[in-house]
Amino acid sequence: MKRFAELYRRLDSTTKTNEKIAAMVDYFQHAPAEDAAWATHFLSGKKLRRLVPTGLLRQWAAEEAGVPTWLFEESYQAVGDLAETLSLVVPGLNSDEDETLTEWINAKLLRLRKLEEPEQRQAVVDIWRRTDTQTRFVIMKLITGAFRVGVSKRLVTRALAEHAELSPDVIAHRLMGDWKPTADFFEGLISPGEGESLPSQPYPFCLAHAIEPSEGPSSLGNIHDYAAEWKWDGIRGQLIRRGGDTYLWSRGEELMEGRWPEIESAGEFLPDGTVLDGEILGFDEASGVLPFAQLQRRIGRKTVGKKLLTEVPVVFRAFDLLESDNEDRRALPFDERRRHLETLVETLDHPRLILNELVTAKSWEMLAEIRETSRDRNAEGLMLKRRDAPYDVGRVRGTWWKWKVAPFTIDAVLIYAQKGHGKRASLFTDYTFALWQDGELIPFAKAYSGLDDAEIRQVDRFVRKNTKESFGPVRSVTPQLVMELAFEGLQRSKRHKSGVATRFPRILRWRQDKQPEEANTLAELMELLPGE
Amino acid sequence: MGKWALYLDAIQRFFATKEFLPVPVEPMSFDSLLVHTKKGLYCSAGDFFVDPRRPVDRAVVSHAHSDHARYGCRRYLAAAPGERLLRMRMNSDAEFEFLAYGESTTLGGVNISFHPAGHMLGSAQVRLEHQGKVAVVTGDYKLGDDDSTCASWEPVRCDLMVTESTFGLPIYRWQPAEAIFGQINAWWRSNQERGLCSVLYGYAVGKSQRLLSELDTSIGPIYTHGAVEKGTQAYRDSGVTLPATQYVGDLPRKHDYRGGMVVAVPSAHGTTWGRRFGKTSTAMASGWMAIRGARRRRSVDRGFILSDHVDWPSLLTAVEQCDPETVWVTHGYSAIVARYLVESGRNAIALDGVVRREGEEDSVDQVADVEDES
Repeated sequence: MKRFAELYRRLDSTTKTNEKIAAMVDYFQHAPAEDAAWATHFLSGKKLRRLVPTGLLRQWAAEEAGVPTWLFEESYQAVGDLAETLSLVVPGLNSDEDETLTEWINAKLLRLRKLEEPEQRQAVVDIWRRTDTQTRFVIMKLITGAFRVGVSKRLVTRALAEHAELSPDVIAHRLMGDWKPTADFFEGLISPGEGESLPSQPYPFCLAHAIEPSEGPSSLGNIHDYAAEWKWDGIRGQLIRRGGDTYLWSRGEELMEGRWPEIESAGEFLPDGTVLDGEILGFDEASGVLPFAQLQRRIGRKTVGKKLLTEVPVVFRAFDLLESDNEDRRALPFDERRRHLETLVETLDHPRLILNELVTAKSWEMLAEIRETSRDRNAEGLMLKRRDAPYDVGRVRGTWWKWKVAPFTIDAVLIYAQKGHGKRASLFTDYTFALWQDGELIPFAKAYSGLDDAEIRQVDRFVRKNTKESFGPVRSVTPQLVMELAFEGLQRSKRHKSGVATRFPRILRWRQDKQPEEANTLAELMELLPGE
Repeated sequence: MGKWALYLDAIQRFFATKEFLPVPVEPMSFDSLLVHTKKGLYCSAGDFFVDPRRPVDRAVVSHAHSDHARYGCRRYLAAAPGERLLRMRMNSDAEFEFLAYGESTTLGGVNISFHPAGHMLGSAQVRLEHQGKVAVVTGDYKLGDDDSTCASWEPVRCDLMVTESTFGLPIYRWQPAEAIFGQINAWWRSNQERGLCSVLYGYAVGKSQRLLSELDTSIGPIYTHGAVEKGTQAYRDSGVTLPATQYVGDLPRKHDYRGGMVVAVPSAHGTTWGRRFGKTSTAMASGWMAIRGARRRRSVDRGFILSDHVDWPSLLTAVEQCDPETVWVTHGYSAIVARYLVESGRNAIALDGVVRREGEEDSVDQVADVEDES
């Protein structure tokens, strides 16, 4: 476990990619295969199902430290990270005992879930007493399920590839889907041979680079080298039909079993050994593609009721074919994959599995004009894909481009602030913004990102000096700072005081040149609502 | 604004313009001994301030850090071991008077003496006695006898204790300094083996000298930033033995720093001044380094948790040993510590207005120090 804690420390103490990869390679080389498998599990963002309710952890930690719960909460506010607070508050004793990561997980952590509360408490307290601060911190990260250490899956893949002396694409594919962190899995992961794969295993998704809205696509070259498609605001999915079963994966590699029954049943009509890439969208014949807010009503539900199925019907809008006749087709050029896809979908002729049609234009200028209609179709813009390119692993520059419409922007006034978490703990970085209506400021959006470090410190000082009232962790401040916010979409909403919900709001820039009175009004925001 | 709100506002404004803000009522009155004012703690019987926050006529000073020893006062009274440091940092036209630890003097019937605080060379708790009541102002302090650069803290029994609370949260629990110095020397040695120059940041006066005193000189040569060198010289002149150091400014620009250790002020991090050292590993020694977010914000390679302030358990130990009837909490997590003490059955209030933020463990004029270097 100390080796794993040390890996965490090394990853956490550097921002340099090469040092992170070196730390991981180092770990994979020296750790037993089963530990390496668990490390891969955690580093690639997978978690243990909740072992202990965090409320109990807080309570026990306060009791062990001999402090009241309010003081524990104050400490948490200062630290901004629960696992870290737990590991700092409890006075620990160092111990030379050291078991492997796997022993820890199997013998100490997984059993926590099965214990009754008093035994659970005893087991957790034992962990606190017998570990040094760094190890305790990492274990608490595992227990609270908040294990994040600034390593992307891509980076883990590169480290594994370097360790195994294999191509990152092979590793990326083997890391997809539902695997169990065992020694066998890890040995298969790094083995030079073909290896066996599960029927459910998805392919790594091909991702797009963004085209700057201000620059446009003309630097990409000839428009005829590219296929254009609408870029939808739905849920990216990979639909697999293999061995008589259907699997629908999200881009976050979650198997979305039973959530989209219409699509899963459409999948049953696919020939065996077929894998499609596409977008799950709310869609009905009368209105076309439904806004994301409608789809959102179905997200996160394990089972979907009849009412919702009728109100928000969905389709799988296929745009790529990755496998057919049990053959991996990713190396074929786009045009050829597209021809296969068109034939397949047309033969299938299922209302829930439809083709994402191509958008044709003779010039970039014409395409730009078509793109202007994106919002009316509930699309985010256009996708441009090189006709001669294979289906790449991850975000490879030059094959897929997303050309989104410019975001909405509006000038709003900062009225509430709250401290951030993690690196931004103890600084006021989470803001609520408001717009004018009848001489009053109506809150309408929260934004967390967009300012640089110097600006964040400046706003932090402002908040401390201009606090009017505190409501728990939230401060209301003198309405003085004006910021330009950007957001992707706008929806009427009954749950919001302002009556509208914004999608992906973020700070574009701080309008130091503007007075609060010069900020926009809620009515001006309403004017941006699409189709009204 | 309603009529009552306006009225209240007027009252508040009236008091805000007054020199002396009233201190909330408490069981024992310390009014003639010590009151909390905008200019700092004031003793009316003796007509002096303790660690004033603005220039005043007569200042009784706990130690030489600039957030306690205010520049520009007419007269200073402080503990003798800190004489050179205080004279170095204060206005030379002032009158200075120094007392050995435990020795006392009387001003307006108030008996004043200084007792070791363990924070840095010459740091003292200020003990005031008047008409049978005793107040102790701790200044900054730490417990333990593992700092060879200054006298160790001693408990002083009192009725009123004014304590700092920079690290007054239960997340702050220091490891023995010996263990931390073990880590620092191990880090230096590993850098030395890799041909890197180690750059260790600590406050110019106090922390830097404590670091110097524990560095393992068998690993390599030690270099100093200008502000650190100045403080170190003052320590040596005061009779503290420290290892040999070389001032970076005295060396040729092309000097080979590989394997060496540079002790510098935190504000030098990331400036052009640091380029001359070639490939480096950087570290910061401070109590704030206990928190991961603070470590990451500093963007140094290592954070060593080493502080010259009391941590949570030792703050509580100190209060227990001095056993005051009333505690005033200042400089840090004042409200939190005060609330905890009240719930533990002691009279305690937070003195507002003195809030220390992260990174301001000891405020030293670092910006000017760096400019001196360039």
